[in-house]
Amino acid sequence: MWLDAGPLDSIPRRGARVLRTTQADIALFRTADDAVYALLDRCPHRGGPLSQGLVHGRCVTCPLHDWVIDLATGEASEPDEGETATFEVRVHAGRVLVRAIDAAAFDGRGR
Amino acid sequence: MRPRRARRRLVLVGNGMAGVRAIEELLELAPNLYDITVYGAEPHGNYNRILLSPVLAREKTFDDIMLNRAEWYAERGITLRAGAEVVCIDRAGRRVSTADGSGAPYDRLLLATGSTPILLPIPGSELDGVVTYRDIRDVERMAAAAAPGRRAVVIGGGLLGLEAAHGLQKRGMDVTVVHLCETLMERQLDAPAGDLLRRSLEERGLNFRMAARAAAILPGPGSRAGRVAAVRLEGGEELAADLVVMAVGIRPNVALARACGLPCDRGVLVDDTMQTFDPAIYAVGECVQHRGACYGLVAPLFEQAKVVANHLAELGIARYSGSAVSTKLKVTGVDVFSAGDFIADADSEELTFRDAGRGVYKKLVVKDDRIRGAVLYGDTVDGAWYFKLMRDATPIADFRENLLFGQAHVGDSGTAGADAVTSLPDSAEICGCNGVCKGEIVRAITAKKLFTLDEVRKHTKASSSCGSCTGLVEQLLANTLGGDYSVPPAKKPMCACTVHTHEEVRQAITEYGLKTISAVMRFLEWKMPDGCHKCRPALNFYLLCAWPGEYEDDRHSRLINERAHANIQRDGTYSVVPRIWGGVTSPHELRAIADIAEKYRVPTVKVTGGQRLDLLGVRKEDLPKIWRDLNAAGFVSGHAYGKALRTVKTCVGKEWCRFGTQDSTALGIRLERAAWGSWHPHKVKLAVSGCPRNCAEATIKDFGVVCVESGYELHVGGNGGMKVRATDFLCKVETEEQVLEHCGAFLQLYREEGRYLERTAAWIERVGLSHVKQRVVDDAASRSALHGRFLEAQRHAQVDPWAERASGKDVNEFVPLEPARAAEPA
Ligand SMILES: Cc1cc2nc3c(=O)[nH]c(=O)nc-3n(C[C@H](O)[C@H](O)[C@H](O)COP(=O)(O)OP(=O)(O)OC[C@H]3O[C@@H](n4cnc5c(N)ncnc54)[C@H](O)[C@@H]3O)c2cc1C
Ligand code: SF4
Ligand code: SF4
Repeated sequence: MWLDAGPLDSIPRRGARVLRTTQADIALFRTADDAVYALLDRCPHRGGPLSQGLVHGRCVTCPLHDWVIDLATGEASEPDEGETATFEVRVHAGRVLVRAIDAAAFDGRGR
Repeated sequence: MRPRRARRRLVLVGNGMAGVRAIEELLELAPNLYDITVYGAEPHGNYNRILLSPVLAREKTFDDIMLNRAEWYAERGITLRAGAEVVCIDRAGRRVSTADGSGAPYDRLLLATGSTPILLPIPGSELDGVVTYRDIRDVERMAAAAAPGRRAVVIGGGLLGLEAAHGLQKRGMDVTVVHLCETLMERQLDAPAGDLLRRSLEERGLNFRMAARAAAILPGPGSRAGRVAAVRLEGGEELAADLVVMAVGIRPNVALARACGLPCDRGVLVDDTMQTFDPAIYAVGECVQHRGACYGLVAPLFEQAKVVANHLAELGIARYSGSAVSTKLKVTGVDVFSAGDFIADADSEELTFRDAGRGVYKKLVVKDDRIRGAVLYGDTVDGAWYFKLMRDATPIADFRENLLFGQAHVGDSGTAGADAVTSLPDSAEICGCNGVCKGEIVRAITAKKLFTLDEVRKHTKASSSCGSCTGLVEQLLANTLGGDYSVPPAKKPMCACTVHTHEEVRQAITEYGLKTISAVMRFLEWKMPDGCHKCRPALNFYLLCAWPGEYEDDRHSRLINERAHANIQRDGTYSVVPRIWGGVTSPHELRAIADIAEKYRVPTVKVTGGQRLDLLGVRKEDLPKIWRDLNAAGFVSGHAYGKALRTVKTCVGKEWCRFGTQDSTALGIRLERAAWGSWHPHKVKLAVSGCPRNCAEATIKDFGVVCVESGYELHVGGNGGMKVRATDFLCKVETEEQVLEHCGAFLQLYREEGRYLERTAAWIERVGLSHVKQRVVDDAASRSALHGRFLEAQRHAQVDPWAERASGKDVNEFVPLEPARAAEPA
């Protein structure tokens, strides 16, 4: 199932919005060149809200302890280790669509 | 991305410390630009030559000092030709070849052939048992000849000779050092320090022949005819020897370069981009000569490696302008440090300290209020600090009288670091932000072979957040690595995205009228098009400071606290601190805060250290609502989240206190009204105390006022952080108006000169109190101009960010998206 998160322009360039779903908060990022990524809004380090971080290139820096997370893979950049869950996301007819979450996607990941 | 044509070919000749470091730097910058082939005459990967002496002394094994094994090259697709010496460069055909005729073509060639040890042209130097000291093979030869009770003669009492002598002695040999001069290590030490060194080495059992010249090396009789048996000195004395080590100096290895016609003097000549006269050929390391100088220590070679990598990566902006060097002798238990010009000339002065009882000697050479050179013997903990002062040309007038006693005796902010780190246990926490302890850092430095602050940051996270522990980490590096501490280049780039320093960036902004972050990045050729979380907030501040009222703030270049105008807490909620002017409130205000706290179910209300009330645990989406209510009750933002003016702490002063001399509360409120809303390189706190009892703790604030009967004492540069720093006394003034003008001028000077994330304490230590006094106190015109610029900036800055957000600005920062079911995308 796909969720409609609204028009692309509701996410600022080099910024993020939080998508509240029943299972979890998903952070939607839009890079300077308009690529959109969706991650579980929890840093793999201590659970910081990634949506509140600073977006640069294809990365976001966690606001709590400066871990740098790759938006496409959810992986922390070296030398930190860990990853957070990613979600399939598309821009279709100007709207951001996120693949609905399967609760299992969170178990044991992104923690 | 590079179009899919054949990649360029890069050949490195010399698999040593400088060449491989250059490749490492290059791979960081441009991992895919080249097919790389490395030729090394030695038959292994790359090892840390500096640590040969510990191997000789059996304190380390060869394995311990490997830097990159064969797998490292393989994993990066680098072809390693270990044990293959390049004998010919065909510059016209762009090809190198080895003795067996194999070879490789290149588009770019990097020469890093190091040095060759000098062999004295005396009779017998070809005998078996005569070795030089340069590579692991030499160490193996020495180890093979060494056995308890055997005798070794080391020719040369310089750094290498002494390290060799020490290592051989540790292997049980009876060692004599023959040295040409009266002073050991005469290129690094003056006579008193050299004498102390010799005496302490003699006490450990080494023998010396000073001012002595080796005339011949003599073979043994009969079956030992090809082997060394003794060294004859000029004057006739003979020293029996089973092993002779020649450590009389090195010579840049230019044979290959010279043979292919590259201009060489002592070394291969290179320009500031490390390019030789052939534009396709670069050179780095001990084999080069740059602006007349050849270097024989790794720190400058690593700087060269950075520059050459930058050019090979086709960024083309880095320049090498020469290095200052420092030396430490790596003989366990003997502490010697030396840097710069350590012999005073007519225009310079010497500061010396001697404590014969403790065996301590220190000498600093000072010229034009700057350190020019240093020699330390017996107590070298402050070596790194003196070297930093020397390299950064820090003015020392303000603490000259305490200089020789070391950093611990000089007013010291948290960022400057402390040698106290030596005495800390391994479990001591060094970086509070990231919870990294001393043992962890030291282990990472040794196990992962880290050389620089940046590497330690990357691997341990220490000092990568607030950075207040940077000085401690640098000290740990220096202590752990000893002689091979590669001091970070004096020119520290802002972050990994650029080669430019904070100062260069700020200068470019004003000089070339750059008015947006992207303009700065384009003009200065940023490596990452988007920058990172370190440079973007800094650039945003620099632009804001340079173009008040004109520059449009980039909220996406502000970290979350400033973007959301509240403090993010560990659980992702926020805390809100309304401004309470001068710390004075009223029942009406208190009631309003209490009502609002209840309305938004604020779990904790806390009085802060700055006499404000902190509402903790607010959900982000409630922020605009709580701000609207606070605004309605007359509050504005307290900026407790920002690199900004935070609070002005006050005492009750003359109005109530029986000791009060002036109305400190009212003055505090005036100051806060004047300075609120101002953005700074770091947080800024003020305080006003009504008398020298100093109840407002004004002498640990960035700007503190202590009222006295006859006026106001102004104090600056205090800091209550991890390492407390008391203020320096700036001046005394007579009126409140003067207090305000000095305060504005001081803050503006800090805004204009402080590096982003550098607190006033660290800034003042960097530029010197006299500089600040000169601009803010002595020169009335300068003070008034600074104050004028501050007022102009304040005209635009004093806008309550809460009110703007409460009325809808940046609304999508605070409102989450609610999902709706969507049709399956095509
Ligand atoms: C025992 C010892 C202790 C030292 N201690 C310190 C110290 O405490 N602190 C400090 O800063 N410095 C120290 N140094 C100096 C430091 O090791 C050198 O400055 C540094 O290694 C020089 O780096 P380089 O790459 O220029 O040369 P090297 O590291 O010597 O590398 C050059 C390499 O090129 C190879 N080569 C040469 N010609 C060819 C060719 N034609 N084809 C293929 N390969 C070739 C050589 O075999 C060698 O491996 C010490 C040096 C020694 C020997
Ligand atoms: S010491 Fe180091 S990096 Fe740090 S909070 Fe203080 S801590 Fe920050
Ligand atoms: S600083 Fe002096 S005036 Fe102020 S409260 Fe303390 S004693 Fe009173």
